[in-house]
Amino acid sequence: MKKKELIPGLILIAALLVLLRYLELHISPQSQWAMLLTVLKKGSIYALVAVSMNLLNGFTGLFSLGQAGFMMIGAYTYAVLTIPAEQREMVYMYYEGGIIRFALPSIVGIILAGVVAAVFAFLIGLPVLRLKSDYLAIATLGFAEIMRALFQWDTLGPLTNGSNMLRSYPTFKTILYPFIVSGVCIALIVMLINSTYGRAFKAIRDDEIAAEAMGINLAHHKRIAFTVSSFFAGISGALLAMFQTNVQAKSFNSAMTYEILLIVVIGGIGSVTGSVISSFLFIACSEWLLRFLDETHVIGDVTLPLMRSGFRKVVFSLIIMVIVLFFRQGIMGNREFSFTRLFSGRSKKSKGGKADE
Amino acid sequence: MDWFSRNLPYFLAGISVGGQYALIAIGYTMVYGILRLINFAHGDIFMVAGLLMVYLSASLPVFLAIPLVIILTVLIGFTVERVAYKPLRQAPRMSVMISAIGVSYLLQNLALYITGGLAQQYPAIPWVSDQITVFGASTKRVTVITPFLTIILVILLVILIKKTKIGMAMRAASKDFETSQLMGIRINSVISTTFIIGSFLAAIGSLLFFSNYTGVTPTIGTMPGLKAFVAAVFGGIGSIPGAVIGAFIIGICENMIMMLNQYVRFDISNFKDAFAFLLLIIILLFKPTGLFGEKQTDKV
Amino acid sequence: MKKSIVRALTGAAAAAALLVTSVVPAMAETVTIGIYEPASGDNGAGGKQETLGIYYANSVAPTVEIGGVEYEVKLDAVDNESNNDKAVSAASKLVSDGVSVVLGSYGSGVSIAGSQTFADGGVPAIGVTCTNPQVTLGNTHYFRICFLDPFQGTVLANFAKDNFDAQTAYVLTKQGDDYSAGLGHYFTKAFEELGGTVVAETFPEGNSDFTSYITSAKNAGADVIMAPTSTEAAALIIEQAAAQGVEVPLVAGDTWDSNVILNAAKDKAVQIYVTTFYQEGGNAEFDEGMKEFINADSTNLANNGGDDTVAAVTAMGYDAYFTALEAFKAAGSIEPAAVNEALWNVTYDGVCGHIEFDENGDAKRNSAFVKTANTETGAWDFVSEQSIQ
Repeated sequence: MKKKELIPGLILIAALLVLLRYLELHISPQSQWAMLLTVLKKGSIYALVAVSMNLLNGFTGLFSLGQAGFMMIGAYTYAVLTIPAEQREMVYMYYEGGIIRFALPSIVGIILAGVVAAVFAFLIGLPVLRLKSDYLAIATLGFAEIMRALFQWDTLGPLTNGSNMLRSYPTFKTILYPFIVSGVCIALIVMLINSTYGRAFKAIRDDEIAAEAMGINLAHHKRIAFTVSSFFAGISGALLAMFQTNVQAKSFNSAMTYEILLIVVIGGIGSVTGSVISSFLFIACSEWLLRFLDETHVIGDVTLPLMRSGFRKVVFSLIIMVIVLFFRQGIMGNREFSFTRLFSGRSKKSKGGKADE
Repeated sequence: MDWFSRNLPYFLAGISVGGQYALIAIGYTMVYGILRLINFAHGDIFMVAGLLMVYLSASLPVFLAIPLVIILTVLIGFTVERVAYKPLRQAPRMSVMISAIGVSYLLQNLALYITGGLAQQYPAIPWVSDQITVFGASTKRVTVITPFLTIILVILLVILIKKTKIGMAMRAASKDFETSQLMGIRINSVISTTFIIGSFLAAIGSLLFFSNYTGVTPTIGTMPGLKAFVAAVFGGIGSIPGAVIGAFIIGICENMIMMLNQYVRFDISNFKDAFAFLLLIIILLFKPTGLFGEKQTDKV
Repeated sequence: MKKSIVRALTGAAAAAALLVTSVVPAMAETVTIGIYEPASGDNGAGGKQETLGIYYANSVAPTVEIGGVEYEVKLDAVDNESNNDKAVSAASKLVSDGVSVVLGSYGSGVSIAGSQTFADGGVPAIGVTCTNPQVTLGNTHYFRICFLDPFQGTVLANFAKDNFDAQTAYVLTKQGDDYSAGLGHYFTKAFEELGGTVVAETFPEGNSDFTSYITSAKNAGADVIMAPTSTEAAALIIEQAAAQGVEVPLVAGDTWDSNVILNAAKDKAVQIYVTTFYQEGGNAEFDEGMKEFINADSTNLANNGGDDTVAAVTAMGYDAYFTALEAFKAAGSIEPAAVNEALWNVTYDGVCGHIEFDENGDAKRNSAFVKTANTETGAWDFVSEQSIQ
């Protein structure tokens, strides 16, 4: 963000937070609009994980499919460490209350969620980051699946509660919480992208060999991108756990990674604002706006055809196909949303290189 | 019970499952060889073939339904390529892969819509689904047929690729996509043929798979698809013998885990699926392009 | 100024929303019951059967008198996709639709997953066949009308011990399925207390190859195979057990009481025993009405799995609906909070027996039916009614 955009940017953020708070206070949970709040909460969480994936796939050119796995590590770390001691007997009911007998404050849990995910990423990255393109993709996907099986292992039950649900941990009470946490994290990612590291990432993405020739330490930079991306995926996992009020390893499967990848691509590979916008749109369409398609509607004596349970998803996947086939660049391409451009109407050509290889 | 007859069923199951994975894996590996595309929708084509059989056999006799299923599956595979991948020929590789994920999504959701989310019972195919006894272990005939049929089909495929004109074109395209175009190879028909062969084998694979495991659900293609893909990478993606060997290894290994589980103190049965990935990662660390993969050289 | 604009905007939007929903002709007074059931995924088959019972009950009693006013009962069904992850937004959808009480779900996992959302929205819920203890534990808004897994597990263990003289049991559960893990756990506990040994294995989501599990069961020398799973996996297990010539009985809990199981077992050499809530023939009038309702509509018939066997979960869904009506009457209001308060003292004699709630919100039930699948007729045969002291 340019200097002259800083002031309007801050004003907009403040206005947004006020608006959110206003909406939250004035929409009753029993009204039609309560779903809007649900969508906004989940959208803000997905925005963070999408941006973290974009950092890898869009800005560093590392094709990784392990995002759901790192979210799972974050979600579990948060849940395992913050369940109040007196609730543990109930949650870990098959494991006599589990082996952890303390509870950390929520905010410590969130930070640790990121840290643990990052540590795992660092260790996994040591061997797998040597792999190239699709081989890296399948290896990271594989690691996510292995982690998922490990977390569900009965023998680790006293720690992870086996394949059973974790719940009763502290959750957020206001919609501002996920927005602020995600917002701060995304701002940090943007700062990283605009730093020397970020320029090195883009150089690696555009041409690995040239980047290496210019003196960029490939292994080091790839590892940083991978670890940082996983750190934020872990935090978004913790937020998702809070949003869902319960967490279970089985939901963090490969389909979830594909979903995040779709969000990134629809938003535009290599555009942070694109990922954010498309997260909200994606969640809104999949969970809220299209739900009417699942219900039978009768107008006069005519029952509208086709509409029954499941139709929403068919329409949704058709929309995705249309976007993928006809709007290849996604919503933002690899540009960023900018006020100066919005207000002056002056279109700025893309500043980064091409996002693909 | 002696050790052999105790543990034979694990081997039988492993070889049979391996054969089914192999038939799917060939589709992955051939498409990848030419287009460098991970065709995520391939597992769902396999699922669609299963559903087609369920619906067609409800109104047609089995001997008519089977060829019809194969023809329709091939048609779907062909159409998917024409509609979802061909327009993106010049687009970055990521876009094509996303398109594949989109197709996979669409096929699954269509199946969900049509079946209403209920598992469909696969019809019993006479003779193939009959129960037989092998060395004292009772199983379905299809278990025994699968590996043989797989190997026969693979041999036919290899002959096709080595001896025919279209096969030569396919080899050329997978070696160097652009040069082969310059040499006058009609690249679109080569790609279509690849998809037709891949879908044909997936249809056969689905006949064998579902005769054994008779429930068809919208997401049933995901796991076999993913494992077949792992098998293809394991064997060195682009290599047909590699994919077949990889598939058999993965099929046997996942059943070995179950065999091993009898003798270890902790229950490790839940690593059945994850083990395929572990094996893959270990192989990739030592051979970054799989068992039989060609070494990639970076061009500046 | 800003406030009024926002208000005007929300007003306009709300009006638009009303327009969309007001397609249904407005009646005098309506009360909405939310149906929180899976229509797809693993438990889709069971969820649909349970939902059928609720719809039938609604056709029997479409109105209810609350506080001297006649209310029309509207049903609002939402699909939780048998998925704990999607369950939350499905639950918020019901809350935002303004339902007075929620019925469901089939499958304990989604019930536990949606629970907090209902609590936050202040809506009480009546579990129909979610048998895991965690559903009602530690909250005051979730009730249930079925028995619990510790009870069911013990009944099954006793049954296996007494009837088959079982020494070794092979317990096969599904990873990440709270119902499966819970019932498997309580069965194991009870069976080991009776002096038996248990060999336990789990299968991952999306698994369809059960051959090696069955081989393991045979190699373990199991006298009984206990497989508390969804019907989807059950059909595959039965099919492959038959193909491998398994001679020992398969036992399972309430989920297996479904025509999916009957169809899978038909004409095969397998023995299947299940514990359940209701035995067809228990209430002739209900059975007859229910079958008529199912056969009257092709969609209903398809949702019931293609024939008119009355599943226990359907009967339970029927009872749950009337329990909700009783709660409305007792509360004299359709306010969710009042309904919640009234539920504690509701009693109702349903087709599956007497319902009243204990201090956890669980139905006081001390008996279960045991049925066996008749592989010739493709119907359930009554075995015994079991209870524990």
